[in-house]
Amino acid sequence: MVIKYLIEKEFKQMFRNKFIPKLIIAFPFIALIILPMAANMEVKNVNLVVIDNDHSSFSQQITQRLAANPSMTLYGMCQTYEQALHLVEESKVDVIVIIKNDLEKELSIAMALNGQVSLGKDDAKIFVAANSVNSVKGTMGAMYVVNIISNFLTEQQHNLQQTQSPLEISSFYAFNPRLEYKYFMVPALMVMILTIICGFLPALNIVGEKESGNIEQINVTPVKRFTFILSKLIPYWIVGTIVISIGFFVAWLIYGIVPLGNFLTIYVLSWLFILCVSGMGLLISNYFNTYQKAMFIMFFLLMILLLMSGMFTPFSSMPVWGQYIGRLSPLKYYIESMRAIYLKGSTFLDLMPQICSLITILLVLNTWAIFSYHKKK
Amino acid sequence: MKQLRSFIAKEFKHIFRDVPTMLILFIMPVAMMFLFGYALSNDIKHSSYGIVDMSHDSFSRDFMHKVENSEFFRLHKEYASISEVMSAFRKGEIQVAVIIPANFKQDMLHLNRSALQIYADASNPNMAQQLVSYLGSFCNQALAQSKEFSAQSQSSDLVRMHLLYNPQMNSSYSMVPAVMGLILALVCAMMTSVSIVREKERGTMELLLASPIKTIYIIIAKLSPYFMLSCINFVTILIVGHFVMGVPVNGSLFWIAALGLIYIIVSLSFGLLVSTVVQSQLAALLISGMVFMMPSMILSGMMFPLENMPLLLQFISVITPARWFIGTMSKLMIMGVEVKYILKEMGVLLIMATGLIIISLKNFKQRL
Amino acid sequence: MENDNVIIVRHLSKHFGNFKAVDNISFEVKKGEVFGFLGANGAGKTTAMKMLCALSKPTSGSAFVAGYDISTNPNKIKARIGYMSQKFSLYEDLSVFENIKLFGGIYGMKRKDIENNANILLERLEMTEERNTMVKSLPLGWKQKLAFSVAVFHQPQIVFLDEPTGGVDPITRRRFWEMICETAATGITVFVTTHYMDEAEYCNRVSLMVDGQIAALDTPNALKTQFNVQSMEEVFFQIAGKAKRGEGL
Repeated sequence: MVIKYLIEKEFKQMFRNKFIPKLIIAFPFIALIILPMAANMEVKNVNLVVIDNDHSSFSQQITQRLAANPSMTLYGMCQTYEQALHLVEESKVDVIVIIKNDLEKELSIAMALNGQVSLGKDDAKIFVAANSVNSVKGTMGAMYVVNIISNFLTEQQHNLQQTQSPLEISSFYAFNPRLEYKYFMVPALMVMILTIICGFLPALNIVGEKESGNIEQINVTPVKRFTFILSKLIPYWIVGTIVISIGFFVAWLIYGIVPLGNFLTIYVLSWLFILCVSGMGLLISNYFNTYQKAMFIMFFLLMILLLMSGMFTPFSSMPVWGQYIGRLSPLKYYIESMRAIYLKGSTFLDLMPQICSLITILLVLNTWAIFSYHKKK
Repeated sequence: MKQLRSFIAKEFKHIFRDVPTMLILFIMPVAMMFLFGYALSNDIKHSSYGIVDMSHDSFSRDFMHKVENSEFFRLHKEYASISEVMSAFRKGEIQVAVIIPANFKQDMLHLNRSALQIYADASNPNMAQQLVSYLGSFCNQALAQSKEFSAQSQSSDLVRMHLLYNPQMNSSYSMVPAVMGLILALVCAMMTSVSIVREKERGTMELLLASPIKTIYIIIAKLSPYFMLSCINFVTILIVGHFVMGVPVNGSLFWIAALGLIYIIVSLSFGLLVSTVVQSQLAALLISGMVFMMPSMILSGMMFPLENMPLLLQFISVITPARWFIGTMSKLMIMGVEVKYILKEMGVLLIMATGLIIISLKNFKQRL
Repeated sequence: MENDNVIIVRHLSKHFGNFKAVDNISFEVKKGEVFGFLGANGAGKTTAMKMLCALSKPTSGSAFVAGYDISTNPNKIKARIGYMSQKFSLYEDLSVFENIKLFGGIYGMKRKDIENNANILLERLEMTEERNTMVKSLPLGWKQKLAFSVAVFHQPQIVFLDEPTGGVDPITRRRFWEMICETAATGITVFVTTHYMDEAEYCNRVSLMVDGQIAALDTPNALKTQFNVQSMEEVFFQIAGKAKRGEGL
């Protein structure tokens, strides 16, 4: 078996390379440890400044309530809006709360009249201004502030009238009751590991043999091209499988995340996905014959595919044209499946649409890769 | 000087003749901007929801009608039980479901109390929270509309929110500086280091160094096309961002350009530094990718807020040039702050630039 | 005798658009011969050789290598030839023995034979101590000798050498040619391209390509007599001087 010798050679070269083994070990750790730590969209440390023109006990209560919230930090009080704006420009403050001078007076009148906290449309008494350039902290922070104040006002109202809201809405968060963002990210991160190890590294390897001229030597030997390519892919398939297995272990070790579904489903889907990205890598290596170009196109692809596959933002929030592009990406189906298997315990039957899509993409990419390979020679 | 000029011309030809690469190079930033600006958002739109209606009364009709008219949700199906809802979650059919108990309206009318349940697929926790609160508010609105119940509206128009600088919450605003940070890092650091190492690998670098041309000229000649490309990209992003996507340019153009230049220099000298320490293109690619690109993406604050990160990551982010560039650029462009507010950031970038240049020049002479 | 010819070329042509890289060439190479394939850069040597190695298909004409048609049986041919290119193409990040083992394995040799023959080979090359050295740290001359030995390690019928001695010092070159002659003596046919005319003297027969055609083909001595000159160098200048194509095409 010729392929045995070729695979042996690939493994030797892989482990002798100064960077690849380090990458193979470091990458899952970086992906699984640093990314979930960094990818934390919680709103925290929102810096507030309050301009209290009312100076009433009511306005003070609001300020206290805001300051007591664990995700808010009261930077201080200000006299004028200009002062506060300067603080924003210096990036010391994210949200400005302005309380108008007649808040308490108007409120007590309104409550006495209507029995509820509601004023006319243009009679806003509290303004919340947020620096929306920093979208997470500014915008989300402002919404938090508004919520805190609204809740406070509602409470006041119920205290006054001694009533309770008639409609009680209870919410159940299935599959992730503690609402951990990590549970959402970690299963999906395997997609990055596999795309790079099983898709891009073998492609770079083939491009490398082209650049060094070694491929010419192989071409005059009786080794079939298919065998040669296969000998390039198999080591990375093996390494990829081992690395995600380590990934599953790390996910359990650090985050205690274990899949609800079974491992057979996970591995079958991972393998379908591996075949997809291998085909993609081969295509790249067919069309681009220098590292620089290959790397460039890979980066571009990775960026677009990752972002359009629902990795960070919900797929359904994209406009229709974006969803069409996203549907072409194998990453989308793998990310969906991994999240579903891990968190919801989905089975083969549940994931039929994803499996079919992956198989279609896999066939198209690999047929195209084989076709374009033969056309070149 | 003439030598240098002909040398630079050679490098330019080398790169600009490569049409496919050029094409990608110019399409990429624009494509990324459109992606970030138009395609990606966290807003709820057309999310599939389900309903388990055990009471079949006017409330559920009102509710569905109310929800139907919004662009946030569309009804996927009516389910018979909670277990059916759970299996729909597993298939990914719906993300959220409302369970209306039997005798909902009766309870409401006679006891003046009733309870609803909202089930959400919390595998995406942020989304789940938003969905639950949106759907909850629809329930309240539907209830308020049902004439049979006294209007118990919630507070309030008392609090008004105002978003400074970006009242429409246009995500393209924060994206333009971020795309700049990434593209410039890619073109400068990655492409430069790979292209220099390529010459090393092929042995042509030795040839150049053996010639009587001064080392500094070789470096300048190698870097200048990428410098040009980065400048063109920088301007393209600025123009497309402003005129096509309507991102304001409120600060002084002079300082925007100055900041861009400093960042380009930092990235270029990082690319140069990488090219002096590694011997193979693959290594150059991996190092500039792992040490420069990855942190630029995840630790620069463009995707995730820095304050929430553990201390170690915050420390790493301090030495990531993109962190100092992206935030500062948005302050300059969108907030239009005066220079005095960004002196610190500019200073940090300048120190980085000087340090990197000194180290890489020293390395270049010793190692090559 | 027909059977003695391991390479038979009949009216072989390769066109790239209007450009006739190889234009209707015909010749034979006998078993055990050292056949020099000379020509200026761009004369079409490499293109012709690529066709003979079944790397590219001819536009017209036919050729038989080791008894097989290059158009219909490329893999049969590939199994029976060895090849060493002008670019050094062993794997630099594999050791000496690993390279031998790899190519032995590729040509379907048995593991035991590889082991035994490799030891004999290394001894003959006086490289036994370098068995586990990475190829990239060997001096260029050694690399080239090794590449040649690897190309004939599986006992091919013919070995193609594409400018094998580029950039090597004269002593190593001489040693290299001794190896070539020793190899030919064991019955392996050597087909070699070169542009060092002094090397042509080592060949049994040489052909000279000009503008895609074979301008002369005979033993070196016969050619020298025919053109009435002292060295192959002068033969070359007389023939190649008529070339219409410029250098470096």
